[in-house]
Amino acid sequence: VKLVIGIIRPEKANDVLEALFRADVRGLSISRVQGHGGEFERVETYRGTTVKMELAEKVRFEIAVSDAFVQPTIDALCAGARTGEVGDGKIFVVPLEQAVRIRTGETDHGAVTPIG
Amino acid sequence: MSPHVNVGDTAWMLVATALVLMMTPALGLFYSGLVRSKNTLNTFMMSVGALGVVTVAWAVLGYSLAFHNGNGFIGGLGYAFLHGVGFGPRTGTAIPHLLFMAFEATFCIITAALVSGAVVERMRYGAFLVFMLLWSLLVYAVLAHWVWGGGWLAQHGTLDFAGGVPVEMASGFSAFAAATVVGARKDYGRLALLPHNTVYVLLGAGLLWFGWFGFNGGSGYTAGNVGVLAFVNTLLTPACTLVVWFLLDLVRGGRVTAIGAATAIIVGCVGITPAAGYISPTWAMLLGAIAAVPSYFLIFWRPRTRLDETLDVLAAHGLAGLTGILFIGFFAQTVWNGKSNGLLYGHAGQLGWQAIAAVVGPAYAFAMTYAILRLLGLVMPLRVTEREEAVGMDVVQHGEEAYASGEGAILVTQEAGVDGDRAVRQP
Repeated sequence: VKLVIGIIRPEKANDVLEALFRADVRGLSISRVQGHGGEFERVETYRGTTVKMELAEKVRFEIAVSDAFVQPTIDALCAGARTGEVGDGKIFVVPLEQAVRIRTGETDHGAVTPIG
Repeated sequence: MSPHVNVGDTAWMLVATALVLMMTPALGLFYSGLVRSKNTLNTFMMSVGALGVVTVAWAVLGYSLAFHNGNGFIGGLGYAFLHGVGFGPRTGTAIPHLLFMAFEATFCIITAALVSGAVVERMRYGAFLVFMLLWSLLVYAVLAHWVWGGGWLAQHGTLDFAGGVPVEMASGFSAFAAATVVGARKDYGRLALLPHNTVYVLLGAGLLWFGWFGFNGGSGYTAGNVGVLAFVNTLLTPACTLVVWFLLDLVRGGRVTAIGAATAIIVGCVGITPAAGYISPTWAMLLGAIAAVPSYFLIFWRPRTRLDETLDVLAAHGLAGLTGILFIGFFAQTVWNGKSNGLLYGHAGQLGWQAIAAVVGPAYAFAMTYAILRLLGLVMPLRVTEREEAVGMDVVQHGEEAYASGEGAILVTQEAGVDGDRAVRQP
């Protein structure tokens, strides 16, 4: 069981969701985060104050999957989030010690396998 | 002050002019609540743009094209650069000509801003400013001349109290044309594109209604009977539209919606606009109830089509304005307006000329707007790129955000006496 973390552009979040659902990956959470990668900074001006925005809005997907689903999940994240320009984001895959489905008490593989 | 100027009328019209001017930022608030948060400022700025560009165009040329004698189609150049527009009374009123010009200017401003509802979230800001400049001269001024400036509809007795033709139908059908030429947003019909702040929408609608008391109440150019009638009808009609809208919402979805209520206020105000000084308060209430129905169903149906007329200007303004223009043809009463009866009171010809206005006005607005934008599209791109549309218009077009967090913002500005190293990123 692995935890796949994808940090992507907010405007690509819907495309990623669509790609994940098409790949039958259905358990996930997302959060809005701010981050800095290698992208060019936006310059904004408010009256006399000009600022470089070093942090860009990103959306972070957290998806716990069984080993067989790791590659399809990565593929879906890439397919949905890629624009080809700097700032498309990153994917991290980390081992997961344990997963529990609260409702049933199922653990690990059972906990991350969608029902039906 | 000129002896032919009435001080009471002038005092009311000064206030009414300020009330109508306030409607444009109110519209900006209403529209910006209806778009996604990344496009808040751009949407609001389209209305603010009208305050600048359209006012200048109006003073330089638009007022003359609309209100100078000229011919039946368009006014002459006699009032260009406000030549000869002074303290003496405007013909047919007891208010100074200069004030009359300013009052009418506020109408042109908000009408141009209304059209932005069709193209928000994708049209380039610069292109929209140029469009408003041309539109206010080639569409608004012409239609205002037809019904108010001594043009051919006015000569034949078409009644349009506060702008069913040049304001409501013109903006609605121009919005239809603009949405057709500019095209849908890239995500339209694919993703749910939801309003980001419903409170803005309600507050904007409330302020618009408030301003509309000046819009309609001032369109008789007097604090006398016709001003009072129009003012009171502006209270009654939208209230009836609200109630009927609530009922339609309840029947369709079982719940009364907030954005529906805001829309109903607009539809009611629009419906009474052409009729405000011509029909009795009782008929005005019926008009409010009737006007809700066609607009409600067009708003319900339009998102099922490929037409991304984003904020439904056609339904809220074009269709409701058309309902009001036709309604006059049935229910106008000489005892209330001192001018003409409708069909119900024995004058069928009135309905005929209302119907002609309801066909020709929208047709002209649609065709001319279509032509302006097609030609403008040859000179400059009308839309931002898909990539920019995805990032959001606020950052791309204005370099600002409506809801900037400030986290991660590094100061670039060099303050006096402060070392330039301040601009260097801290580790």
